[in-house]
Amino acid sequence: MTKTMYEKIWDANLVHEPESGSPLLFVDRHLMHEVTSPQAFEGLRMNKRGVRNVHSILGTIDHCVPTKDRYNIVDAIAKKQVETMTANCDENEINLFGMDSDQNGVIHIIVPEHGFVHPGMVVVCGDSHTATHGAFGALAFGIGTSEVEHVMATQTLQQKKAKTMLVKVEGKLPDYSTAKDIALAIIAVTGTAGGTGFVMEFAGNTITDLSMEARMTLCNMAIEAGARAGLIAPDQVTFDYLKGREFAPKAEHWDDAVTYWKSIASDDGAEFDETITLKAEDIAPQVSWGTSPEQVVSVTSVVPSPSDFENKVKAEACANALKYMGIEAGQKITDINIDIVFVGSCTNGRIEDFRATADIIKGKKVASGVQAIAVPGSFPVKLQAEKEGLDKIFIEAGWEWRDPGCSMCLAMNGDELEDGQRSASTSNRNFEGRQGKGGRTHLVSPAMAGAASIAGHFVDIRDWK
Amino acid sequence: MQPYIKHTSIAALMDRSNVDTDQIIPKNFMKKVERTGFGINLFHNWRYLADDITPNPDFELNKPAFQGAKILVAGENFGCGSSREHAPWAIADYGFNAIISTSFADIFYSNCFKNAILPIIVTADELSALMKEIAGNEGVEFTVDLANQKVTTPAGLIINFDVDAFRKESLLDGLDDIAWTLKYVDKITEFEEANKKKLPWLWTNA
Repeated sequence: MTKTMYEKIWDANLVHEPESGSPLLFVDRHLMHEVTSPQAFEGLRMNKRGVRNVHSILGTIDHCVPTKDRYNIVDAIAKKQVETMTANCDENEINLFGMDSDQNGVIHIIVPEHGFVHPGMVVVCGDSHTATHGAFGALAFGIGTSEVEHVMATQTLQQKKAKTMLVKVEGKLPDYSTAKDIALAIIAVTGTAGGTGFVMEFAGNTITDLSMEARMTLCNMAIEAGARAGLIAPDQVTFDYLKGREFAPKAEHWDDAVTYWKSIASDDGAEFDETITLKAEDIAPQVSWGTSPEQVVSVTSVVPSPSDFENKVKAEACANALKYMGIEAGQKITDINIDIVFVGSCTNGRIEDFRATADIIKGKKVASGVQAIAVPGSFPVKLQAEKEGLDKIFIEAGWEWRDPGCSMCLAMNGDELEDGQRSASTSNRNFEGRQGKGGRTHLVSPAMAGAASIAGHFVDIRDWK
Repeated sequence: MQPYIKHTSIAALMDRSNVDTDQIIPKNFMKKVERTGFGINLFHNWRYLADDITPNPDFELNKPAFQGAKILVAGENFGCGSSREHAPWAIADYGFNAIISTSFADIFYSNCFKNAILPIIVTADELSALMKEIAGNEGVEFTVDLANQKVTTPAGLIINFDVDAFRKESLLDGLDDIAWTLKYVDKITEFEEANKKKLPWLWTNA
């Protein structure tokens, strides 16, 4: 019988399936940050339970960290959260890339940097963007804090089997279209609930042509389509990326590991519950216009009107979004002016992202009245960018070159929009208030963000000179 | 957890779709290290005026008729977005213990069961009938009966809903999830020992 990659990983990690009750799935790697873990540690203490497999955990501090003057956490409650994370990891001897580590950064950036996730693993984190690690062919998904506690105590999760969706993208992407644009284009098709109950597997020659970092960007956004996880079959690109990294298999195990990794790809002819197909040629650079990632169009389009939607719920959502966003139906996307530009986050905070932005802004100046901030996803990303001289390109163009952190992606660290301000942001969510109460977010790729910073409004970078 | 018992309570109407976790509990209130005290910030940005203190009279849950509601009736794809359990913590702390909608986001749905909140999935027609009954009679009380998987209303609606048998049992008994799983600790150990032989690099290298 043929099996999908999801089914193979499920079967390989199934500990037990009792006659009544829930299947128990083994968790290979558990990622942790300061916001969703303190209550889990507290639960363990109250019930006198320990951490079962300390080696399975890697932690960081990222959500609350200021990107300017990083040790000066003004909010006393946030400061306590950071201190609690440090103390909990010390107490349990958990590997933490904390505030003082030169490896500190956003959890979904640092984990791949260290080769901590491999193909075939089950990976969890109290964070929905755990989906990122599906890029390696690992089943990676977000969990709540009660489940964080459950995994620490038992190394398993009570899980229900998901349905499978194959998302096939074939062909050559237009110039300047990126993994971010693929992700947004997929969500425009599925909607934010279209993936609910599914694990998505991304396949097709457009996907296999993507770099490892681009695959991470794509899988990161699977959750915005509602999917439990995104998966990409591991291949030579994956193996080359992992080789030599700190937690990757060492020489004596390498060949066995690669053999195992190759075996987990979906079998030819494996059946998926649903399949959708996109043509890469159709994916122009995308810009979100509303307050949900599914409210997105290509940069060449206009802002839609509620009457464009047959579905009553979507029409109402459109009307509400236009009001919140302060834009008009029929307005050209390229006529929308922006106040703030943010490049960073677990979606687009890797070295290739900063190269893409730098390439666009090199030798130019940020538009008058626009503030632009570049926030590397980790210290290693920052260091690499500085080695390549990218920091100078950003600074000379009038950008701020910051320290790593989640920054304006979720704005719980001092970096945020003011009421009514509008951003071009490389992050993942444009929900109301996500980047600050009253803030208006437009999701774009790093190159599109770069062009917007110079022009002061969105531009089709394919026409960019 | 307290066992989940049958109850008859005010049902509040929130006729909005895609209510995301950033609306349920905005991120600036997620910095606490406790599980309690999030209710006051539930739906903060909608619920309060610009001064962050004065209740917004236009926000549906601030209507006098909905005060004390334990049942929330809302539009599709409720709880989409982040994995933050602060969302169900805020909902439970505010006083809701049942949410009725046509669909829920996966992680949110599973988080509800860990916090004695029953998410009830109904059809679009059923949701619309329930919403209509509330709109015509604000303050109306519905009965949620998990044991019999049924919602009943004064207007005579009887809605049967599906729920996973194990999750139902866990809620009804107020089960400790971790204690339940640890009944199988020998199976876990057995799996780990086999895994160390099969994929040794996962164990020697970390």
